[in-house]
Amino acid sequence: MLLGLARFFGRQIAVALTYTGMGFPPVVIGLVVYLLLSRNGILGQANLPFIPQLFTPGAMIFAQSIIAVPLVAGFTMAAVLAVDAQLIQQIRSLGATPWQTAVTVLSEARVGVIIAVVAAFGRIIAEVGAVMLVGGNIEGRTRVLTTAIVLETGKGNFDLAIALGIILLSMAFVVNFVMLRLQGKNEG
Amino acid sequence: MKEKAEGGNQKAEITPHASPVQPLYQLEGIKQVYNGRSVLEIDELTIHSGEILALVGPSGVGKSTLLRLLNFLEPPTEGTVTFRGHPFDGKQEMPLTNRRRVTTVFQRPFLLNRSVEANVKYGLKLRGQRDGKLQVEQALKQVGLLDLAEQKAKTLSGGEAQRVALARAIVIQPEVLLLDEPTANLDPANVALIEEIIRSLNQQQATTMVLVTHNIFQAKRLAHRVAFLLEGKIVETAVTEQFFTSPQDPRTAAFVGGEMVY
Repeated sequence: MLLGLARFFGRQIAVALTYTGMGFPPVVIGLVVYLLLSRNGILGQANLPFIPQLFTPGAMIFAQSIIAVPLVAGFTMAAVLAVDAQLIQQIRSLGATPWQTAVTVLSEARVGVIIAVVAAFGRIIAEVGAVMLVGGNIEGRTRVLTTAIVLETGKGNFDLAIALGIILLSMAFVVNFVMLRLQGKNEG
Repeated sequence: MKEKAEGGNQKAEITPHASPVQPLYQLEGIKQVYNGRSVLEIDELTIHSGEILALVGPSGVGKSTLLRLLNFLEPPTEGTVTFRGHPFDGKQEMPLTNRRRVTTVFQRPFLLNRSVEANVKYGLKLRGQRDGKLQVEQALKQVGLLDLAEQKAKTLSGGEAQRVALARAIVIQPEVLLLDEPTANLDPANVALIEEIIRSLNQQQATTMVLVTHNIFQAKRLAHRVAFLLEGKIVETAVTEQFFTSPQDPRTAAFVGGEMVY
């Protein structure tokens, strides 16, 4: 959002980093988060209350967020950049504060923002490597559909793996369908 | 004939409080530079409350730039725009309450991707006013589009869209309405409609207006005073009648006479 609207020092570097982040291998992010959170890592040593411990759902959410943020940021930026600069001028001329201008521009770019969320969701739900690394695939605690599929396939339980795969697919489908409905309604 | 008489009345109305009262806008030593190129240089310009000032001249002479300054959309590179006693330059921002007394209708309507009603309501919403249904209806009635309130703004024709843009501006009852070629792309019927709305707004609410146009006939029909710009500078500012009948500068005479001045 900020990347799309504002012109500030270092913006190009931030944009380059965002684009790199969009294509970053999740496993590498998992590895970095693992090293950060492990007992000898910087964040692990700090032992702060809001930093999740390794092998907990919190750690998985942490890693997934890092994977999702560049994707959402990148697509949102593109959508915001596509909003006509003169329209933004018109919004300001009607008496909008910078914050109100930002909100209105986001609302004008809503189709792109929804696509950003859908894409990020798709990447996260399909993610295996990072969640396995930082979550540890512990049954009943940090085992998720994707890691369970890997495990069951490895054990030769193909029936169960296929069933889990179908559940994963239908979940993705339902969420995307709802999102598209939302988009269609707004676009009119 | 009728127009002339009307114009005369308006002029008589504004002159009394034009000189003793502080002018609404006072521009001094304005210079606007884009990428090292100076596009506007105005030593001095005053705009009085309640008047319609037309800015005429060929395209690319800085008319729209001047409007952006008057709407505080960008600060001047040099010089000061003083509005109601508040200075606006590179360093000092115009307070929001003052900024919200001014709005612009541009050449293109720039409607939001919402319904007509939501578009008109937008300015009120920005000002924290939740229900302005009555005002919105009134503004739409004024531009003759009340029956299209529910429609999506996207589906409107060019003339309708521009009238919605005008309704969106007048609903907030601005003290100053800036008009940047508001009728440049429209058919004669819509032009007449919009001019009528502008005229009645000025007469009934005493809205101050600055109208950018390269149609000198429109300036003649609407304005109390006319300023002629050429290459970023004001060549001449005069009361409308004088501007057209006895221009002081030969370049103004050439422009009014329909000869090219480049």
